[in-house]
Amino acid sequence: MKFLPKVLGLCAAASLTLGMAQANDKPVKIGMITTLSGGGASLGIDIRDGFDLAVKMKNGMLGGVKTEVITTDDARKVGNAKQIATRMIKQDNVDVLTGIVWSNLAMAVVPSVTKAGKIYISTNAGPSALAGKACNENYFNVAWQNDNLHEAMGKYATDQGVKTAYILAPNYPAGKDALTGFKRFFKGEVLGEVYTKLGQVDYAAEIANLRAAKPEAVFFFLPGGMGINFVKQYNQAGLSKTTPLYGPAFSFDEGILKAVGEAALGVHNASQYTWDLDNAANKAFVEAFRAEYKRNPSLYASQGFDAAMLLDSAIAAVKGNVSDTDAFRAAIKAAKFDSVRGNFKFGSNNHPVQDIYVREVVKAGEGVSNKTVGKVFTDHVDAYASQCKM
Amino acid sequence: MITRIRSVQIVTLLILFSLPFIATAMNQPFWVDLSTRILIYAIAAMSLDIILGYGGMVSLGHAMFLGIGAYSVGILTHHSFEGSAVPFLPGEWTGSMSGLVHLPASILASSLLGLIIGLLSLRTVGVYFIMITLAFAQMMFYFMISLPTYGGEDGLNVWGRSEIPGLDLSDSVTFYFVCLMLLLAFWFIARRLVDSRFGGVLRGCKQNEQRLKALGYNTMRYKLIAFTIAGAGAGLAGGLLANLNEFVGPGIMHWTKSGELIVMVLLGGMGTLIGPIFGSAALLLLEEILSAYTEHWMIVLGPILLLVVLFARRGIYGFLAGEGAKDG
Amino acid sequence: MQGHYLLMTTLLFLEQTLNGLQQGVMLFLMAAGLTLVFGIMHLLNLAHGSLYMVGAYVCATVTQASGSFLIGVISALGACAASGMVIEILAMRRLYAREHLDQVLATFGIILFFNELVKILWGPQALFLNPPALLNGTMEILPDTPYPTYRLFIIAVGLIVALGLRHLILNTRVGMLIRAGATHREMVGALGVNIDWLYTVVFGLGAMLAGLSGALAGPMLAIQVGMGENILILTFVVIIVGGVGSVRGALVGALLVGLVDTYARAFLPMGLREFMEPANADNVGAAASGMGIYILMAIVLLFKPSGLFQAYKGQS
Repeated sequence: MKFLPKVLGLCAAASLTLGMAQANDKPVKIGMITTLSGGGASLGIDIRDGFDLAVKMKNGMLGGVKTEVITTDDARKVGNAKQIATRMIKQDNVDVLTGIVWSNLAMAVVPSVTKAGKIYISTNAGPSALAGKACNENYFNVAWQNDNLHEAMGKYATDQGVKTAYILAPNYPAGKDALTGFKRFFKGEVLGEVYTKLGQVDYAAEIANLRAAKPEAVFFFLPGGMGINFVKQYNQAGLSKTTPLYGPAFSFDEGILKAVGEAALGVHNASQYTWDLDNAANKAFVEAFRAEYKRNPSLYASQGFDAAMLLDSAIAAVKGNVSDTDAFRAAIKAAKFDSVRGNFKFGSNNHPVQDIYVREVVKAGEGVSNKTVGKVFTDHVDAYASQCKM
Repeated sequence: MITRIRSVQIVTLLILFSLPFIATAMNQPFWVDLSTRILIYAIAAMSLDIILGYGGMVSLGHAMFLGIGAYSVGILTHHSFEGSAVPFLPGEWTGSMSGLVHLPASILASSLLGLIIGLLSLRTVGVYFIMITLAFAQMMFYFMISLPTYGGEDGLNVWGRSEIPGLDLSDSVTFYFVCLMLLLAFWFIARRLVDSRFGGVLRGCKQNEQRLKALGYNTMRYKLIAFTIAGAGAGLAGGLLANLNEFVGPGIMHWTKSGELIVMVLLGGMGTLIGPIFGSAALLLLEEILSAYTEHWMIVLGPILLLVVLFARRGIYGFLAGEGAKDG
Repeated sequence: MQGHYLLMTTLLFLEQTLNGLQQGVMLFLMAAGLTLVFGIMHLLNLAHGSLYMVGAYVCATVTQASGSFLIGVISALGACAASGMVIEILAMRRLYAREHLDQVLATFGIILFFNELVKILWGPQALFLNPPALLNGTMEILPDTPYPTYRLFIIAVGLIVALGLRHLILNTRVGMLIRAGATHREMVGALGVNIDWLYTVVFGLGAMLAGLSGALAGPMLAIQVGMGENILILTFVVIIVGGVGSVRGALVGALLVGLVDTYARAFLPMGLREFMEPANADNVGAAASGMGIYILMAIVLLFKPSGLFQAYKGQS
């Protein structure tokens, strides 16, 4: 939006608050930078939809204060994200920033946000540096630390008595973190550890090698389209009948399952959230989300929603006076809101301490969906918390 | 008498020099950052114009030099920040925070790369040259993605801007003027270059290389020097970009970035050197303005590019300054 | 024991060779169209990958609606041929006489347009498409090595198309015109052949091949926006290695690229583990195997600056 008035954002906010005879409090301004175009856009769209839904359910007033959300697309480009953040801080003078999907964008943007004294709430990315050495009192993560879901799969595979595993991920830092996270809790033997090219489309060569290694199970982390390719090809190679697949929720969110279909049946994956979790906050959320967007919320949508509800609780606690950063920060850290995932609190490094579940891909009506089948971790703390000196 | 070209140039200069003051007066500090970005991309696009507009070498991998320049700053800052030795250099040098080291390093690294890539790819011509430059850029892209030491795909944070004695680059207006001065300096050098005998031979390579060869010119050497200088310019731009973003990542080398640089050259006016400044401004502003209206802004940008190619070959600068603007 | 190990290794090698062939055949379908268009009209079409994407989307949508993969593929062929011809008439024919630079830029614009259009029409999420039930299984053509039937099917289709193209170019009137039109444009025009129409047909044929490739890739891959760019760059490597404009070169180049890429990915990390620390071997292997085909291309160009096969003399 840049030079022009924030037409869309303002219209949205205005239509929500129209007719509300509220005292003319200074509105709370929230800057959302997320990925709405290009590859991986579906994640950003889910986050935005979840966040917007919460704002709408609160009648455009988080914590009872008029709320203006400025949403801008970063197109998954670091340069864009950085530029948008600068503008939001310098020009729009937002109080809080949120929304970034990818770790590399977060690593580039978050330090400059916290340096400027603003609060940042991460709705997805949880790189290890920000949880450990480079943690900051102004940075909160409402999703997970990047390793968490992989660690859960490692633990689950061990619990299932898996003795040998073959593991693969793309050749980039998040891929390495994923396999490290898995191995941290997997007690069996790793028969092969393979790093594939980022954005790879054909996995025939890797699948042939994998079959030859004869593992008891396969763990993979291939986000987005790469995961769709892999699961389809794995299934076509006839391996899903003999060698079970394990993965983090990222490869099996609702959007991806639509594209993979029955090829994913029976796959176990780890997540902190699934739409079938049984608690009151989640029931209300799922119902409202389905009514608004005609689909089941993914974990990303839940993270966007929780971020807004967290802000709602904190803004209410400081009675709208968000410029008192110390009080506002303390109110966020208290996390006095009902997360749709149930159990939630912040650890010493402002990252979640939460339960992580394992779920199975099952038939649901026409298509397939996730069903929660058990809990792997209770009050799980990430591995980097001890490195954070705050 | 002041010619049309001269007056366009003077007005452009006036705007460039007064922009930060206008932005400050209108309380729009973000304009300064955006304009700085435009200046930096203008340097990169201008460097591409030397080989594209004057030498007829269509490189679809120019963003690779932008990336190397940026990584030079990123890596030196990284080691200086961590206090660790730079592994691929002899001795125990732990990098530096000084801009007087950073920018020369960017230029040196990218010219070196330009020399090597040029030696290999200039053996080919036409579509083969387009593709081999693209392939080398892709190689660099995947190399940086898979290099964990410098962040891989996550990229590297640049902890603070380069330090230059007497100047505070973290002040956006100061940084703007540093970039403007470097742009003007690069333009001056490039202008002198293309107006020299060297430039004449370069233009000749574009028109009819066989003939020059028959006349006894070692055209490969001329093209290689031009390619290396273009690489150096893009490297300088990369070093500045690392400072502006305070971040370096492999995305800067993606092939679409190379495409965007070509777009800037053509949009502004190819073979004019000044045109790329307009092209850079036009593309970045277009992106800013269109993306304000719709997340589907690319569906507008795509056809605009097509129309420019089909019907507006002279580019913005050619349109403003008239016939004489193009000399490449 | 030793003998058993040798047998396993040989089988794995053969299986990887099949994988390489299959990947090569997919690349050939893409490269054939691109190289035809370049060889005859001297047009460098970056938007070739967009037609591949359109093929996959149309095939997935129609297959889901009609329940028949065959109808899906046929619709994809029709849709791509039609959109290719429309693009040719609206934009491409103005670009034939232009420099490659203009062509790069204009077709870059078309890529942006198509990516966004597909996203508006189908949404940002990937589409679903499975192989038809008949092909959705495995066959043991090598002992103890179940191989996906669908991949064998692709190899077969690719070889049939290669033979068909050869027949078309060598033995038919259209093929004669194509060969003649590439070298003697005016002469063919003087003989009363409508050159404009011939070019539109050739472009449509190229688009149809891209569409076929996309439709066939659909059941194996994520059907999503941007899928065209990935394969586009590989396709360029193929035609550069093979020699731009040569259909035979495209076939050889495609198989070469497919095999090199597959072997590099399959055996490089394993081989490096023999004399390196596993962690280092994984890092180096992954980086090097990702760059394998680009290294292949650089080597070919160093020795043969215009590819392995030459289609025609003249403009490069």
